[in-house]
Amino acid sequence: MTTTTDPQPASFRLSMLLNDTRYRSYTFQFIALIVLILFMSSLGMNLVTNLAEQGVPFSFDYLGSPAGYDINQRPIDYNNQDTHLRASIVGVMNTLIVAVLGCVTATFLGVIAGVLRLSNNWLIAKLMAVYVEAFRNVPVLIWILVIFFIMTAALPSPSAFRGDDPASSMLFNSIAFTNRGVYIPWVQFENGFDSILVVPPVFADTYSISFLGLFNINMSLWLVIITLLCGIYMAVKVAGFIQQNYGRAFALLPGFVRLAVYLAVALGPAIIVYAILLSANGAESERSLRFSLSINFVVMLVVFLLSLYVSRLIRDWAIAKQQITGDLPATWHMRIAVIILPTALTLFWLGAYLDYPALRGFNFSGGLTIRGSLIALWLALAVYTGAFIAENVRAGIQAISQGQTEAAGSLGLRPNRIMNLVVLPQALRVIIPPLISQYLNLTKNSSLAIAVGYMDVTGTLGGITLNQTGKAIESVLLLMIFYLTISLSISLFMNIYNNSVKLKER
Amino acid sequence: MSGTHAHTAAFVRTSEIPPSLPPQNEGGVGRWMRENLFSGPINSILTLIALFFVIRLLIFVVPWIYSGVWTADSLSGCRAVLEGARGACFSVLTDRWHQLLFGSAYPHDATFLSFMTGVPVEDLRFTSGVRENTNFFQEFFFGYWRPVLAFILLFVAIAPILYQDLPRKMMIFTGLYPFVAFWFVWGGSIWLPITLLIGLGLAYMLYSNLAKQSFFMGVLAFLGVVIILFLNPITMVFGLLDFLRDLIAAMGWERGDNSMMLADRFQGAASIFPLNAHVVEFLSSIIPIELQSVASRDIGGFMLNMILGTVCVSLSLPLGIALALGRQSNLPVIKWVCVVFIEFIRGVPLITLLFVANVVLAYFLPPGTNFDLILRVIIMITLFAAAYIAEVIRGGLAALPRGQYEAADSLGLDYAQSMRLIILPQALKISIPGIVNVAVGLFKDTTLVSIISMYDLIGLIRGPVLASTDWNGVYWELFSFAALLFFVICYGISQYSQWLERKLQTGHR
Repeated sequence: MTTTTDPQPASFRLSMLLNDTRYRSYTFQFIALIVLILFMSSLGMNLVTNLAEQGVPFSFDYLGSPAGYDINQRPIDYNNQDTHLRASIVGVMNTLIVAVLGCVTATFLGVIAGVLRLSNNWLIAKLMAVYVEAFRNVPVLIWILVIFFIMTAALPSPSAFRGDDPASSMLFNSIAFTNRGVYIPWVQFENGFDSILVVPPVFADTYSISFLGLFNINMSLWLVIITLLCGIYMAVKVAGFIQQNYGRAFALLPGFVRLAVYLAVALGPAIIVYAILLSANGAESERSLRFSLSINFVVMLVVFLLSLYVSRLIRDWAIAKQQITGDLPATWHMRIAVIILPTALTLFWLGAYLDYPALRGFNFSGGLTIRGSLIALWLALAVYTGAFIAENVRAGIQAISQGQTEAAGSLGLRPNRIMNLVVLPQALRVIIPPLISQYLNLTKNSSLAIAVGYMDVTGTLGGITLNQTGKAIESVLLLMIFYLTISLSISLFMNIYNNSVKLKER
Repeated sequence: MSGTHAHTAAFVRTSEIPPSLPPQNEGGVGRWMRENLFSGPINSILTLIALFFVIRLLIFVVPWIYSGVWTADSLSGCRAVLEGARGACFSVLTDRWHQLLFGSAYPHDATFLSFMTGVPVEDLRFTSGVRENTNFFQEFFFGYWRPVLAFILLFVAIAPILYQDLPRKMMIFTGLYPFVAFWFVWGGSIWLPITLLIGLGLAYMLYSNLAKQSFFMGVLAFLGVVIILFLNPITMVFGLLDFLRDLIAAMGWERGDNSMMLADRFQGAASIFPLNAHVVEFLSSIIPIELQSVASRDIGGFMLNMILGTVCVSLSLPLGIALALGRQSNLPVIKWVCVVFIEFIRGVPLITLLFVANVVLAYFLPPGTNFDLILRVIIMITLFAAAYIAEVIRGGLAALPRGQYEAADSLGLDYAQSMRLIILPQALKISIPGIVNVAVGLFKDTTLVSIISMYDLIGLIRGPVLASTDWNGVYWELFSFAALLFFVICYGISQYSQWLERKLQTGHR
């Protein structure tokens, strides 16, 4: 048998860069890279020229100057003498608040509508179809504005609640719907602890690293950020390593211990570096980052988490017992008691009571005020996203073939156990990835807050701060970084989840 | 057997008994209601609750619509007509429809209207919707014939794309449509769209000749012709050289001298470009055919939403395909550029990109460059949509069995051919529902431009209409109108997509 060998390639010719598939890909990539670099640097040069022409340097110093505007809905203490940074933080918190409220409500609505759309009740199924189609096919901005106008124009003013025979009255004598917002009762503590004001220290050093003369950020801050990123990367690697080698043993540890291990790996190095640099360079209290730590809240949280853990232990004990004896002991009453009793006792110990809103002067006081803009945004986002979630839920349930239900039925399972043990676990695999991307969409859509004057991060940093200081590039950049961080961390979480529930085939 | 029976039986029917009706309670409305509405206690309760709410809603809404006032000239006028009764004030729509549909400042063609209706121009009063001597349809079709015609022709243009059964020759009109619509909506000299069309036609011919040998050479030739005809090649080249010199100087390798920039030195030579500007000027001076030209800031209302929606969807499709192919590519540089671009765009809300279009983009352009806000917004929305479409198409590409790629390779097709002939037709077919979803979402998102103070439908409602003294407080009517317009279009698109999906179903993917 003769072997034919390729003729020895002749010495390299220039034309081979285009005609030879071995080199052509390099040529293309090289050209692409050059074009990209030229494009990027031309953008950069234009930026430098334009900034120099306008005489405004690229810097984030403006974040430290007083904002000078008020924010009507603020989860943390803020006044108009605080800095733009503080205003942005309030905005970030407002964004997160409306996003979390919206996601929870949207899930609730979406699951109900999705399940009911498959109902064999014709009227209900059709109603749900109308709901889904009406909300999916109309811009969310219209829904936000419509609900906002209901909140501001259709609801009575606080003065309508006055007098012996008021035009409006409070729902259950405790909730007031007014055009200035909704007033609801809120928990107060009679003999609770005082809150602690925490003012985090920041670096006082002036070592700064400059990037093309554009950025000036503390060298120390850079170090901490880099350490943090390395820590997160390490935590991901460590998680993979443990899963691979000690997966079984590690799973025996309680959940919060596992979480603590990961958090320690991820955050530990950054915290150590932060502490070292603080002591080396001198610390400065940064008022913009102050927050008040409610001890009452911390106590409640710890008690609640602990009782959750104990309840979990009871469940584990019951399952272990079932493994041995074959009977699952009824533990639900113990578990409910374990969760409710300590929490109730703590509440009693702290002297908790509900503070009801009451009409004083021209307005309500006491309780908790939720502005109409927040409610409009929250409800509109929830109802709009709920319509999409309903479709995801319906698709997820329909994706599970009828055979699964029939097989489960022929094993003798009852209908609700078929749902819990067979259909739902499989449907969730289909439902959760699009569900999470709906959460992401909701968070991004919450930037429409600016249309109704709810001060989220787009309204503060991207709205008033941008317009007042004229720092367009810096503000939009920070805004984008904020949303990117949220999106990327949620997609990271989603990838981890997808990997964990992925069908293990072949 | 049957034979013996035939002899023994006393009576044998020779004809079939007609099927008898089911028992009274096993058929008809009664059975349907029992099975679909009252099949159990829980279902019955649910039905009753749902019925209660539906009837309450109808009692609330139907009289409101039925007793709506259509002819008043302000909200107080409506209230005077209603005399305290509940009722809608649809007069805002009859009064402001031209604003809501076309924007506040879009020119009203009185000449054509008077020509078509025979009413002298000076008798045509058209101030804020109050019409004398003409009716709504005359105003709509003749007074605003330009955008209306562009809108109607849009359906002619997209028909052959939507329905494959229509004659393929209609695609010629589809190709012409962007130029026609541009001329109708923006006006100006007819020679601008015609020269654009001829130039692009030339470039396309060159491309199709070269693409037989090499796809990439074809693309390069196409781009070359476009640059020479419509842009400033000399300024671009010398600008690039100047820029390189600056870049080197900025890196500190060489002192930048202060002598004149090359681009300035060759100003005279550069001034003959762009070529088509001169051609347009020359042709317009000989044969002046032109419509009243409209500034971009005068375009608004639902027309703006339609323009943004159609333009951005059609531009983002090719870009999205390119990005998806780039992301699937095995060239690491290209792949990572695409990945970073897609993930970045998908990670930020559209609003921040619109902020970029509004306030930031100017910083990244050469000093002195300034172009239309509408164009900047189109660019940003297109980039936004392209990233989403790219992800949808990537799904389609990933869903194709590996064998298809290998089969294309084994036929000896090169990359461009195998993509064009084998992979993309199948991958795009799989991606249709996703692409339609993106298109619907994008069309809804065009309302966001109202936040950067462009007067689209929502911007107009919130701004000029609701802020006017006449119509301050007419929320429901206006927002229902806007919601209805969007619903009709978005629902229509999604129904079309479902129809297409059923039609394209070939039994296997």
